[in-house]
Amino acid sequence: MTDSGFRLKGSVVTTVLLEIQTFSLDDIVFHLKEKIDQVPHFFNQAPIIIDISKMKRGIRLEEFEVLIQSVSALGLGVIGWRCDPDALPVWNASVTIPLLPASKARPINISPAVKEETSPDVVVKTVVEERLVPQATKVITKPIRSGQQVYAEGDLIILNQVSAGAEVLADGNIHVYGALRGRALAGVKGDADARIFCKSMEAELVSIAGNFMLSDALQNIVWKDSAQVLLVDDSLEIVPL
Amino acid sequence: MSLSGDTTLAKIIVVTSGKGGVGKTTSSAAIGTGIALKGHKTVIIDFDVGLRNLDLIMGCERRVVYDFVNVINKEATLSQALIKDKRTKDLFILPASQTRDKDALTIEGVQGVLEELAKDFEYIICDSPAGIEKGAQMALYFADAAIVVTNPEVSSVRDSDRILGILQSKSKRAEDGKEPIEEHLLLTRYHPGRVALGEMLSVSDVEDILAIPLLGVIPESEAVLKASNQGTPVILDTDSEAGLAYMDAVDRLMGEERPLRFLEVQKKGFIKRLLGG
Repeated sequence: MTDSGFRLKGSVVTTVLLEIQTFSLDDIVFHLKEKIDQVPHFFNQAPIIIDISKMKRGIRLEEFEVLIQSVSALGLGVIGWRCDPDALPVWNASVTIPLLPASKARPINISPAVKEETSPDVVVKTVVEERLVPQATKVITKPIRSGQQVYAEGDLIILNQVSAGAEVLADGNIHVYGALRGRALAGVKGDADARIFCKSMEAELVSIAGNFMLSDALQNIVWKDSAQVLLVDDSLEIVPL
Repeated sequence: MSLSGDTTLAKIIVVTSGKGGVGKTTSSAAIGTGIALKGHKTVIIDFDVGLRNLDLIMGCERRVVYDFVNVINKEATLSQALIKDKRTKDLFILPASQTRDKDALTIEGVQGVLEELAKDFEYIICDSPAGIEKGAQMALYFADAAIVVTNPEVSSVRDSDRILGILQSKSKRAEDGKEPIEEHLLLTRYHPGRVALGEMLSVSDVEDILAIPLLGVIPESEAVLKASNQGTPVILDTDSEAGLAYMDAVDRLMGEERPLRFLEVQKKGFIKRLLGG
């Protein structure tokens, strides 16, 4: 419960770290822009931290402020800066953005976009099609009793009932050719196209890719009748069959 | 039968429920007696180690000298521990130990006792303790058939559903990939009047949820409590509806067709109403 109208919570965010080695504003802006143009959507409004701990010469306050302005002008959001704690510049308190503690960072490899061939005579293309490998469908003929849990890596077909207190999960679709009285979770690895089909909707919970609905809500839509559950624009839809 | 030797045809029937107080021991005593009355040599084993009750219901509590755990631990022979029923020919009781707990039961120990019993008996009734832990799992592990005792209320039905799942996954038949345990639903403490008022689940409600064949419906009856306190299995009370309903259930277990009865609200006759009966 919050009396103050807010809650303070911790959160971890992945950001880009701009590590300056030598200060040469024009070079930095030029090369940074080049990187951004390769994958513009990756950098658009991306939070960025400027790290000057690797600079041997150090940097003046004016230079640093110009750097922040230039980086912001490229569409990045500067959320903080880092510096070697032993070589903290005297002007550090004058910087408006927060000084972050030093930590380890991994270099990001941004592979350049595929280069356009300059009008070749013969075009040889290797087309690699990305396909989902279909996982074997699991078929169950016995009733799934209270306390039992069944998981399928592909689709799950149950030719019987799923009792209250039982749980059926699948990476793909779930079909229940009987009463669904327990919990059914389809697309548990995030497949938003997964669906749940059942002959009699009496579920405790249905979920697709983490979006769930409880029986109280289901009872107002379809109850004790055949139904399918699908995800439309991040919200569950229960449709009578 | 499910034990290692295939020379005998003893059938092991577990009477189980998950939930406590639904009538497992009453039903074990009644059904075991009913089978013996039909001339089949029958033994009822009390698996409720530490909470021995079957001997009281069967009225043989004063004759208990050795028990099931003594036999498992080879402190007594089976013939020393078996109690012959005084009323019913062909009926024996193997009482539980009151001073031990369920850890005294081991797969090997139980198997040894069942194998020895299977040489002499046609039917072995295992009266399961409540719960889904070791005692209940030991009682059902070697079963060929299960009688799931359920009261017409949601918590009992849920627990029965749970135990049905365990029967089909943790029994020896399930582990060996053999034909699954034969399941029978026995609905006890059924009160047609309260069903009519919507206070109690109906037979069809329970059948719909559990989806197993119905062996019988035992109406709520004062005769059951009376019989328990007297140490007489209620099936011997042929004046009571409960006793007759148990006999019907035994007939069905033996493969005979019997119509369900005592499912309707009894209309009191004029004289009965006048006498306040």
